[in-house]
Amino acid sequence: MTTPLLEVDELCVDFALPHGTVSAVKHVSYRIEAGETLALVGESGSGKSVSSTAAMGLLPDLARTRGAIRFEGEDLLAATPKRLRRLRGNDIAMIFQEPMTSLNPLHRIGRQIAEVLERHRGLKGRAARERVRELLEQVGIPEPERRLDSYPRELSGGQRQRVMIAMALACEPKLLIADEPTTALDVTVQAQILALLKDLQQRYGMAILFITHDLGIVRHFADRVCVMRQGELVESGETRALFDAPRHDYTRMLIDAEPRGRKTPVTEDAPMLLEAHGVRVRFPLKKRLFRPSTYFEAVRGIELAIRRGQTVGIVGESGSGKSTLGRALLRLLDSRGDIRFEDTALGGLDSAAMRPLRSRMQVVFQDPFGSLSPRMTVGEIVGEGLRVHAPELTARERDARVQEALGEVALDPAMRRRYPHEFSGGQRQRIAIARALVLKPEFLLLDEPTSALDRSVQATVIELLRDLQRRHGLTYLFISHDLAVVRALADTVLVMKQGEVVEQGDTQALFEAPREAYTRELMRAAFLDAQTA
Amino acid sequence: MLSYSLKRLLQAIPTMLIVITIAFFLMRVAPGGPFDGERALPPEIEANLMAAYHLDEPLPQQYLRYLGNLLQGDFGPSFKYKDFSVTELILQGFPVSLEIGGLAILLALALGLPLGIAAALNRNSAIDYAVMGTALAGIAVPNFVVAPLLALVFGVLLGWLPAGGWNDGALPNLVLPVVALSIQQIAYIARMMRASMIEVLGSHYIRTARAKGLSERLVVWRHAIRPALLPVVSYLGPAIAGIITGSVVIEQIFGIPGIGRYFVQGALNRDYTLVMGTVVFYGALIVLLNLVVDLLYSALDPQIRYDD
Repeated sequence: MTTPLLEVDELCVDFALPHGTVSAVKHVSYRIEAGETLALVGESGSGKSVSSTAAMGLLPDLARTRGAIRFEGEDLLAATPKRLRRLRGNDIAMIFQEPMTSLNPLHRIGRQIAEVLERHRGLKGRAARERVRELLEQVGIPEPERRLDSYPRELSGGQRQRVMIAMALACEPKLLIADEPTTALDVTVQAQILALLKDLQQRYGMAILFITHDLGIVRHFADRVCVMRQGELVESGETRALFDAPRHDYTRMLIDAEPRGRKTPVTEDAPMLLEAHGVRVRFPLKKRLFRPSTYFEAVRGIELAIRRGQTVGIVGESGSGKSTLGRALLRLLDSRGDIRFEDTALGGLDSAAMRPLRSRMQVVFQDPFGSLSPRMTVGEIVGEGLRVHAPELTARERDARVQEALGEVALDPAMRRRYPHEFSGGQRQRIAIARALVLKPEFLLLDEPTSALDRSVQATVIELLRDLQRRHGLTYLFISHDLAVVRALADTVLVMKQGEVVEQGDTQALFEAPREAYTRELMRAAFLDAQTA
Repeated sequence: MLSYSLKRLLQAIPTMLIVITIAFFLMRVAPGGPFDGERALPPEIEANLMAAYHLDEPLPQQYLRYLGNLLQGDFGPSFKYKDFSVTELILQGFPVSLEIGGLAILLALALGLPLGIAAALNRNSAIDYAVMGTALAGIAVPNFVVAPLLALVFGVLLGWLPAGGWNDGALPNLVLPVVALSIQQIAYIARMMRASMIEVLGSHYIRTARAKGLSERLVVWRHAIRPALLPVVSYLGPAIAGIITGSVVIEQIFGIPGIGRYFVQGALNRDYTLVMGTVVFYGALIVLLNLVVDLLYSALDPQIRYDD
């Protein structure tokens, strides 16, 4: 048997933390041959990033490793720091999840890429600059000559990830470790980056170790897959075989966790709950004293009608104005145009006049970590709205309502005495939903409620939202960039781009036969066309 | 950047007006007057003096007169140092104060930054604990305690350095006041630099730099220090203000003929114009230096641009 390019052999990684040792990776073995793509799949905390970080010698000091990681037969765990620095960026390169923060904000990008060439190839000055320009061109950065002198902040997230890729490719590495390289990017950008990686892989003949939580990508990208869970390797195999016949329960669960099902439509004569005409929102860009201020139009004249019991999905990429629209509809932002909630025109209402309506229209936000106050117990968070909207309740009655709401979202009511940090992401999102539900609203704005969650957790939250809608006849406005989730939940869909609706219609029809090129592009990027769900 | 600077200077006008107003009326509220002495002056002489300095006018009128003169760059005559205008006194004292204060800031940076960096790079080691422990002591002990102690130990007991006096700015006379003035700032800067370095060293772009295979020395010098400096640079404004107020005490203790000493003596003598002059001068200086610090910040950080 030939020596594999990278061989991880019975790797164990422990972190010696103050309160005891945590095993992040337990006896994991896998290998990558030259030129192939191996996907390492797992949910957050599965230890999937730890083994690659160990290969690069970049683990924090408190990590203890056992076993071996052999690169072309050489054990990296036993290598000197100097030898590792020789390999890093040269034979093994890495790109990361966070394109926004992975580049030094104070250095021009040309210099940051040239640094690798200088370190490993001794290239300097004009020669280095020429090679950097070439690299930027290869990764599809427009006007590379000019971009050389840009600072990272002048580039979009997708462009920054391209710069990271250019930096990784500078020395034509044999192995590229891509740690969730597209997770922070929009779907269309994600598709572009993946295509770019594939293309470059063929051109340079490098192997890719692709670390991700997204099975959708893996199916289209990897030759082989390793599934990790709680530090252990539960299953590995050829991609197609693994997707067709998963052997391990956990793998099966991950595959099944892709959102499924359809929304049962409401009857035609369901009463109208929320109607909006010509909604516009603009933000001042520059306030000037004597000259007219300039504005950015985030939402440009949107028509929307939601019937009682319906779910309307809004999809679009970041910056499309979907969240802004949602906030404007609830009068959390000032807007122009008409918005009616049942028979009330919301336009002229001040915050005091809005207050009685607030309990009927509630919001759940994306970030389950940032949107719950860390200093309040779960009971206080959930019960706070009642103090405002139902001041007549006694403390005991309020507590009973809180317990009831927690029960609705399948959390143990005894947990109301605890603080948010004691809960996982999925549990926190349940708390956020309970906080909205306790007021017995009719209308819920769900702004990316599942985007920060692992797929399997996402599935349970979606199931919960469905169940609540059935039981209480709730009406949802569901904002998401995740088309698969919207398809499973919404009656009708609005596709937004640059503040305007590109296409809207019945969910089923729109997904089966999208009319607009942009909608088709979104779907292709999300791999929905190839899915069997 | 020019228009930004102009805007900032215009914004300083109301600030200065508030400073002047508070200082002016506070001085007048304090009991006593400029011509109270051991022996009471004959009433007619005192009345003549008061009239000569317009102190017999109603307070609002005096206030407006002061502002009017100030607009013409006239700080007025000193009441106590006869034959000297306040402007002359400030011009005399400023080079001395500038020398002490400037050296103190330089010393604070020259010691504080490396100490902070060393502590951050050797986090939770003996070096770290030693630096941070000493820094804490430096912050906790006020300069009016440090200064006499330094004078006592190095001036009186050991006799290595003069315990006070200016001697036309001879080097040995500079050492103790500059050290006393900078100790607190060294401590603050070391602590800030340490915290800021630790944060930067944990950032994603430092991970990128390491993934490139750069040596640890390059990672620190090229990628970590400049971003870590930014919070320290923005602290320089308050640091300068701290040095200036500190110098008032230090100059008095070491007997240095700077502006700070004029200020203290002016206040004790109810030398209204002298106190007002130093307050206005120092106020304007702090405003100006803060602007310089902010411009310096934008030079270090391309993400900050002042364009309108």
